[in-house]
Amino acid sequence: MSTTVDIPRFVQAKQVEALPPPNLARGPVAWIRENLFSGPFNTILTLVVFYLLYVSVPPLMKFLFIDAVWSGTDRAACRADMGGRETGACWAFIRDKISYFTYGSYTVSERWRVDIFFALLAIGVGWLLWLRAPRRDLGAIYFFWLFPVFSYILLTGGNADFSGRFWIGFLILGALLVALLAFLAVILKASLRTALIIGGGIVGVIGITLALMDMDFGLRHVPTALWGGILVTLLVATVGIVFSLPFGILLALGRRSKLPIVRMASVIFIEFVRGVPLITVLIMANTMLPLFLPGDMTVDRLMRPLIGTAFFASAYMAEVVRGGLQAMPKGQYEGAQSLGLSYPQMMILIILPQALRIVIPGIVNTFIGLFKDTSLVAIVGIFDLVKTIEASRIDPNWAAPSISLTGYAFAALFYFIFCFGMSRYSLGVERRLASGHKR
Amino acid sequence: MKKALVAIAFGLTASVFATGASAQATLNSVKQKGFLTCGSNTGLAGFGLPDAQGNWTGLDVDLCRAIAAAIFDDPTKVRYIPLAAKDRFTALQSGEVDVLSRNSTMTMSRDTQLGLDFPAINYFDGQGFMVRKKLGVSSAKELNGASICTQQGTTTELNLADYFRANNMKYEVVAFATSDETFKAYDAGRCDAFTTDASGLYAERLRASAPDDHIVLPEIISKEPLGPAVRHGDNQWGDIVRWTHNAMLNAEELGVTKANVDQMKTSDNPEIKRLLGTEGKFGEAVGLTNDWAVRIIKHVGNYGEVFEKNVGEGSKLKIKRGQNALWTKGGLQYGIPVR
Amino acid sequence: MQTVVSQTSPPKKSFLYDPKVRGIFYQVLLVVIVSYLFYVAATNAIENLQRAKIASGFGFLDNTAGFDISQALIQFSAAGSSYGDAFIVGLLNTLIVSAIGIFFTTILGFLIGIARLSKNWMVAKVAMVYVETLRNIPLLVQLLFWYIAVLGPLPQPRNSIEMGAGFFVNSRGLFMARPIYAADAWAIPAALVIGLIGTFLYRRWASARQAATGQQSPVGLVTLGLVVGLPILTWIVLAIVGANPISFELPRKGTFNLTGGMQILPEFVALLLGLVTYTAAFIAEVVRAGILAVSKGQTEAAGSLGLKPAQTLRLVVIPQAMRVIVPPLTSQYLNLTKNSSLAVAIGYPDLVQVFMGTVLNQTGQAIEVVVITMAVYLTISLVTSALMNIYNRRVAIVER
Repeated sequence: MSTTVDIPRFVQAKQVEALPPPNLARGPVAWIRENLFSGPFNTILTLVVFYLLYVSVPPLMKFLFIDAVWSGTDRAACRADMGGRETGACWAFIRDKISYFTYGSYTVSERWRVDIFFALLAIGVGWLLWLRAPRRDLGAIYFFWLFPVFSYILLTGGNADFSGRFWIGFLILGALLVALLAFLAVILKASLRTALIIGGGIVGVIGITLALMDMDFGLRHVPTALWGGILVTLLVATVGIVFSLPFGILLALGRRSKLPIVRMASVIFIEFVRGVPLITVLIMANTMLPLFLPGDMTVDRLMRPLIGTAFFASAYMAEVVRGGLQAMPKGQYEGAQSLGLSYPQMMILIILPQALRIVIPGIVNTFIGLFKDTSLVAIVGIFDLVKTIEASRIDPNWAAPSISLTGYAFAALFYFIFCFGMSRYSLGVERRLASGHKR
Repeated sequence: MKKALVAIAFGLTASVFATGASAQATLNSVKQKGFLTCGSNTGLAGFGLPDAQGNWTGLDVDLCRAIAAAIFDDPTKVRYIPLAAKDRFTALQSGEVDVLSRNSTMTMSRDTQLGLDFPAINYFDGQGFMVRKKLGVSSAKELNGASICTQQGTTTELNLADYFRANNMKYEVVAFATSDETFKAYDAGRCDAFTTDASGLYAERLRASAPDDHIVLPEIISKEPLGPAVRHGDNQWGDIVRWTHNAMLNAEELGVTKANVDQMKTSDNPEIKRLLGTEGKFGEAVGLTNDWAVRIIKHVGNYGEVFEKNVGEGSKLKIKRGQNALWTKGGLQYGIPVR
Repeated sequence: MQTVVSQTSPPKKSFLYDPKVRGIFYQVLLVVIVSYLFYVAATNAIENLQRAKIASGFGFLDNTAGFDISQALIQFSAAGSSYGDAFIVGLLNTLIVSAIGIFFTTILGFLIGIARLSKNWMVAKVAMVYVETLRNIPLLVQLLFWYIAVLGPLPQPRNSIEMGAGFFVNSRGLFMARPIYAADAWAIPAALVIGLIGTFLYRRWASARQAATGQQSPVGLVTLGLVVGLPILTWIVLAIVGANPISFELPRKGTFNLTGGMQILPEFVALLLGLVTYTAAFIAEVVRAGILAVSKGQTEAAGSLGLKPAQTLRLVVIPQAMRVIVPPLTSQYLNLTKNSSLAVAIGYPDLVQVFMGTVLNQTGQAIEVVVITMAVYLTISLVTSALMNIYNRRVAIVER
């Protein structure tokens, strides 16, 4: 072959020196030499990094801890010209405002209710995140039904005060739903009992929820305009999570559906939401939602961004769940169908439990994104943690040069602890799942 | 099917959180609810500002308290909904608030095109500028080339452009979404000047890190009649707001104060008698009780008292009465006779 | 007992059990519900708009704006420009901050991503701390930090920090010399174009030569010379001849601020810093995952061929890693573009701030404004993902 003539040109002509044997020396000095000073380039790199650390870390430590002011009641403590010494972070400011950062303007005498909400939230999250916790099915019911209802009652004071006409309307609607299901069961020759149980169950759950909301527990009403701080941040995140997971699953199933219209509707919704920034969705919820409702109905100001973030998170959640559904081997679907399971049975009993399990890391990552995104509600005027810090920053009582920086350091620390914790958790789960699949 | 359920569930949630504000007369719905919802400022010292416990104070807030006093004989039966400039009119139109008392400028387009009515003017204002003393500027005409902080989406932003164009001066505008951000940016040195209504300038100056370093320039570049707004079409409700304000003005003119209102009931002055309901049935004619003005004055005070307490010499703002003095003292506030 | 089951006709079932019929039923149900919701929303909106007397339609785009914008890439004035012009100004501001942000964040992200895999322990750890910190703090907090805590305390214009070469920094932003082009200045871009064409031709020749003879040519040096050297040479020659093509206008101190020169707003700088550093953390992770996805055998094979580590990275690892990196990288670019809308929090006049902020408030036409803004972002997203799909098809491994 003629090409053989060219080949030698690509090959080394002379013998290359053999590499030295691998260094087997052990000990800290050897480690340092190996990892930090293994060559001229590496040495320069190490020195540059050391220099960068030298110029950044000590001043940071000095600002955050050494020069920091830990106690005081007003700006005098944190001003260099008044205190007589160089001042760093003004933690006294955070201490003074911490209840505002936690509860916003929530009625002071009622703040124990918020504390209970935090505790209930911690229980629910712990129950669901701890993979070996007992009765995680009950945990799901708790987190997705009981907890939201209790929180609503606790935080607003419940006593929604539905009129009698509302209840009559609800009963008629409920009866209609049960009758419809029963009718369908009869013409499909399916079990009438199951239909009644399902219908009764749905109506019952909604009825109990509404009744609980309607009941007067003697709690004082606290208008949402007073809520603020970490309470609102966690609330937005929680509502996003509670709503986006089920709705995201529905959307993912819709996108994988064989029915063209269902599929198209899901795709349009998902791609639309993923294509626009969250802030535009929030502004839309704020300005357009009131327009779409009948003239005599208004949506609570806190509710609007909640709806916005919940829908936004759902679209991202749908894509994560879709990944899990696609990763399921076809045999699982076929096996379930060959057992004669219907579509809902197949999904609920076979596919989703497995698919959701493998996408737990993805779900947690979406939650991290959602948690960080909750800060955007500050832009539409909701008093979340960022907004309470912004509002406190301009308090003349605390006018000092380091106040802004201290406020942002506090916010950064708060978000970092939550997000970093979640990301470590997701890594841990990922590792466990990976080991579970290795045989 | 699941989608349908989701839709129903969503509808239910929405309706649960929705607060029904029916199309019926506002007065009836307020009485039925047992409280007045008042659209207030998100925080403007002297006009509407909540403290850390959520207690509101200010000139605009006191008007709401006066309306509540006239209806319920209890000035605390008010729920305040803080509204940003851009949300305020939609909140009123949609029925979220019963009255908007939030230093809003009355203009013809707002009165005729937005479905609103402005029954009264409780503060005559105008747009001004604030600068740092050390800049050495003493007139707005010297601001050529300055950068100016303003809040976006307000008439302020438009007046600013008009003023500099009319005077053939250049400027750099730095616009922020909220008044807080705007003022903080000015205070931090982002801009040379800060512009908003003059009353707002005095109020915001209190929040500066060093209030004495700033001066308000003498030029007033616009007319800003500030007053409460109600929905167009409910005339009875508009009357209540109008006459609440006028009762406070007349009380000041007639010398009726919070302290002496009970003694004044025995006065022989026919004007006082009509105002305090000892003669005639003026209160019942607007759907209130005849002692409506007594309730207002006893619980909240007359216009002068409210002004002094919130923005006048007795307050931190120290604004002079100026245009807001009674007409008898050379101002524009003119109580319409109760007759 | 008759047990024979007819093969041709299965037992007759209710047509309601037919999956097709059910499918149609569900879809009709969905269509009915969605249309009903849309219908209710639309009728309510029309009624509400009429009641509030808010105009509708897109005619407002031609109305005079009446307000000013701090940074406008096209001519914009309160008196002479319309809301439509304001829209274009906002859009351009969004695009320019995104484009510059993408440029810098790519560089920073690749550097950090490679640093995370460095054998140098210090470098790898510092890069890891960077990524973990920046990823876990909301962008909004970072933007406020840059704008208020870092750029806010800069000195007033009277005490501007002079950085030499006509650069000044103060609380009004970054000031630099503005080039003023003389009539002959066209020669410089012309030289650049010639340089680019020359580079292209030289590269083709060099790769053909390498394929034929195995000899390498100094492509890098020649490229540098042609693209950078040629325009500079042109400039110098013109200057010597006496027709100075570019002169600089330096910023000078005025009453309030530095006048003349070019001014870059602090809002722009803060937004750029925030977007670049935040997105770089995500890009670093993408790059790291991409490089790790290239199997170790590839590196070892390159090493055994005698390639140096730098060559291995450039010629073997990165081209293969790019296939894994590019799709998530694009979505990070899109995220950066979408995140630039947070400009509204720090007063940079981007599309959302100008159009959804000022224009929406001045006109009250919420529906039109929201629809236009969302359509812009949606278009950017869809066009990018379409280009992405084409790219993916081109680089996909062709199975033999």
